[in-house]
Amino acid sequence: MMLFKLAIKNIRKSIKDYAIYFFTLILGVAIFYVFNAIESQTVLLNVTKNTLAIIDLMIDMLSGVSVFVSFILGFLIIYASRFLIKRRNKEFGIYLTLGMSKGKISKILLLETLIIGAISLVIGLIIGIFASQFMSVLVANSFEADLTHFTFVFSMKAVMKTIIYFGIMYLLVMIFNVLSINRSKLIDLFASSKKSEEVKMKNPLLCILVFIIAIIFLGYAYYKVTRGIESLTTTESIFIPIILGCISTFLIFWSLSGLILRIVMCFKNIYYKGLNSFVLRQISSKVNTMVFSMTVICLMLFVTICVLSSSLSIKNSMTSNLKSLVPVDIELSKIRNISDEDTYETDYHKMLQIDSNRTIEESLSLVDFDVNKYFKDMTTVYTYSDTYFGFDDTAGTALEKLKKEYPYYIFEASEEIMTLSDYNKVARLYGNKEYTLKDNEYLIIADYESMVKMRNIALKTKPVINLFGHTLYPKYDECQRGFVRISSNHINTGIIIVPDNVVDDKYLRSEIMLANYKASDKNEKQDIENTFLSIENNSNSNKININASTKISIYEASVGLGAMVTFIGLYLGIIFLISSAAILALKELSESTDNKIRYDILRKIGADEQQINHALLKQIAIFFTVPLILAIIHSVFGLQFCKTILITFGNEEMTKSITMTAIFLIIIYGGYFMITYYCSKNIIKNK
Amino acid sequence: MEKLLQVQEVEKYYGNKSNLTKALNYISFEVSKGEFVAIMGASGSGKTTLLNCIATIDKVTSGHILLGNEDITKLKKNELNRFRREELGFIFQDFNLLDTLTGYENIALALSISNVPVKKIEKRVLEVAKKLNIESILNKYPYQMSGGEKQRIASARAIITNPKLVLADEPTGALDSKSSRMLLESFNELNNMLHTTILMVTHDAFSASYANRVIFIKDGKIFNELIKADKTRKEFFDEIIDVVTILGGDLNDAL
Repeated sequence: MMLFKLAIKNIRKSIKDYAIYFFTLILGVAIFYVFNAIESQTVLLNVTKNTLAIIDLMIDMLSGVSVFVSFILGFLIIYASRFLIKRRNKEFGIYLTLGMSKGKISKILLLETLIIGAISLVIGLIIGIFASQFMSVLVANSFEADLTHFTFVFSMKAVMKTIIYFGIMYLLVMIFNVLSINRSKLIDLFASSKKSEEVKMKNPLLCILVFIIAIIFLGYAYYKVTRGIESLTTTESIFIPIILGCISTFLIFWSLSGLILRIVMCFKNIYYKGLNSFVLRQISSKVNTMVFSMTVICLMLFVTICVLSSSLSIKNSMTSNLKSLVPVDIELSKIRNISDEDTYETDYHKMLQIDSNRTIEESLSLVDFDVNKYFKDMTTVYTYSDTYFGFDDTAGTALEKLKKEYPYYIFEASEEIMTLSDYNKVARLYGNKEYTLKDNEYLIIADYESMVKMRNIALKTKPVINLFGHTLYPKYDECQRGFVRISSNHINTGIIIVPDNVVDDKYLRSEIMLANYKASDKNEKQDIENTFLSIENNSNSNKININASTKISIYEASVGLGAMVTFIGLYLGIIFLISSAAILALKELSESTDNKIRYDILRKIGADEQQINHALLKQIAIFFTVPLILAIIHSVFGLQFCKTILITFGNEEMTKSITMTAIFLIIIYGGYFMITYYCSKNIIKNK
Repeated sequence: MEKLLQVQEVEKYYGNKSNLTKALNYISFEVSKGEFVAIMGASGSGKTTLLNCIATIDKVTSGHILLGNEDITKLKKNELNRFRREELGFIFQDFNLLDTLTGYENIALALSISNVPVKKIEKRVLEVAKKLNIESILNKYPYQMSGGEKQRIASARAIITNPKLVLADEPTGALDSKSSRMLLESFNELNNMLHTTILMVTHDAFSASYANRVIFIKDGKIFNELIKADKTRKEFFDEIIDVVTILGGDLNDAL
């Protein structure tokens, strides 16, 4: 009982020191709950089966990410508690000299951790439960589902999960605390606060040299991920700019710590103004020891900014892409003309072969689906292929070179061929560019970036192709942009467009039907979609084989995918942000404790409180902004890299998502900054 | 001699009506310009309260304290900070130098806090450094200095602002005898060479014997006063001891 009282009193006494710790724990618990409670919120949403599948995938991924997050939080909590233990070394020293055993001190610590853990869990969960109500609006919004009735969602499963995960973390903290107490020696506990640091000045020439080298490294890394991005073809080559970036970040902090002081010292008007000289010396004395953690924090902030902004923009760009990539409501396709030698003697293959002799319209009428009743703007086109006519036959003299550069590509895969008039029909329907060809010309339509690149290399050599007994010459020396099949991304790997008289019905490969629904609004479209989907319940449905993609399903899939990426990005981004801000705050606070003596001296020689607070603010502000500034510079280039990688998802302006990221950054990072300042002010306050 | 500090009928009460402590009881004395005065008394005699009132850290209950022609008991909060910075200098027992700053910067800080222009700072620091003979250690950090050097830097910082009065509260309280002597000798130097007015509070007869005049306080009132005049420090010390004996009480343990 006595120990319990002592523990309670200790917490109340050091509540100010614990503020950051508490804040971090509560935030951690709340965020953990919010993201794990998404599952129970999505149950209420009125969404289709497609979306539901993606939500399931998202929930699986979120719980996977949660494990990773709990590792990060675990390390953070252990780090924070070690810092707090250090601050109280003297207190434990007094207990020990009073004759308290180490076991009892450990018990006090256990109780303290238990109490703090319990309180932070309760508060964090309460905040989390309320925050998750806002989250449910966001979830509904992201999956474009109607939140018809608002209900207060409470997820017992998420609560239990949070308690278990954080319980394990607290248990680890307890073990670490007990270990550190048992290992400590009485003399160290008392002497730990009396270490005076030697002021080491680095060689300025060396600093300048290192700084220049770091800038060159960084410049090269920046170049690699932006302009030189084409050379980053293998996984290993991506690591080079990453590693260079990390090293140069460290070197920049290392050299700046030695340089800044010297530079400012040259401007005597600034240096000898108010407490500036003191502030600068404080910083340079700390930067020496903080270079490594500054580097880590800077890189974490960099990752946060990139993850948040790109994940937030993916959803927008995916959905905005759809307008141009999915111009019609439905695309149906089926394989035609399966010959006897291309099939097997099974019932299934027999069925396929029989069905391949029917047109799409005929097949659909078998299952009582009248295309004329439901569809308008129907456009039917055909593709042709020859098993023996592959990419290698279109590459001309560039084949050897391409084979060397892309050793894993299957060059023998047969090519898809379409007649010019068919393609122009599609282009007219989509509002794309129509083409003309002379009798002995061909062109290639493609929009999948890496295939376009390969094909362009081939087309540059003006390859002549022999197709169905005709000799054709390329009209253009590069691929023409375009597509036939609807999809959420640019995935057309290439269709060879030839004059109408070249093809032979013998080589007919597939039939593609594009159409819009005969509907005037969203609901009617959904009705037709449902009617179409109900084909699979028809008794004849096993007799036909048609592939279909619909605008609605593509839309749902990409909205869902975008939402998923957004949530996971948010989750990771916020946790990273909290971690880096908390580490910085704790470092700064531990410094403030050591600096109390220095601030007392300032007070004694006549600096007033305002000046002192100002100096403190400046000092903390510099420590918070320096890694942030470098992280922002990194991000300018990092985001361009992200944009290039994510180009398949579309090319959306990132301004909006960057603004969102900035808001998150200001709230969380700024919040930690403010708390750090007020706590430090409290620590150095004259008592 | 010009009167620098006049303490006039100062009273200081602590506590409330039911439990009143008179820390200073109608105390009056004067300090002339260029004097080195020690105030002695047992713990609880009110000497530190007196110093705090003069340093404007504490407020008097009644009475007046005049520094030059300025009544410091009537200063407002903002003026107090300025007053402390510009008119007073403090010397502390443990030097109180900032370990991250060089000697030069430590001295300059006292001026830059009052926003003195850089050129003036440079001039003043070099001036004082020359007088105290510390030019060679200006660029050293405190951890590279000996105790005596640190003390000189601290003294230079105390007088760099040209304070009217330098205050020292128990400056030797926690020092070993060698460091104490060093500190007290630097007081004498400041007093003799730079004519700095010093007011020192101590309960140690040895420290007090370095002063020109010793004022004894008991129960918030002046009990006795000794003037060194032409006596040697040894003779003055014996005289102080005599008074301490009469004073009795726990001052004895100062021996």
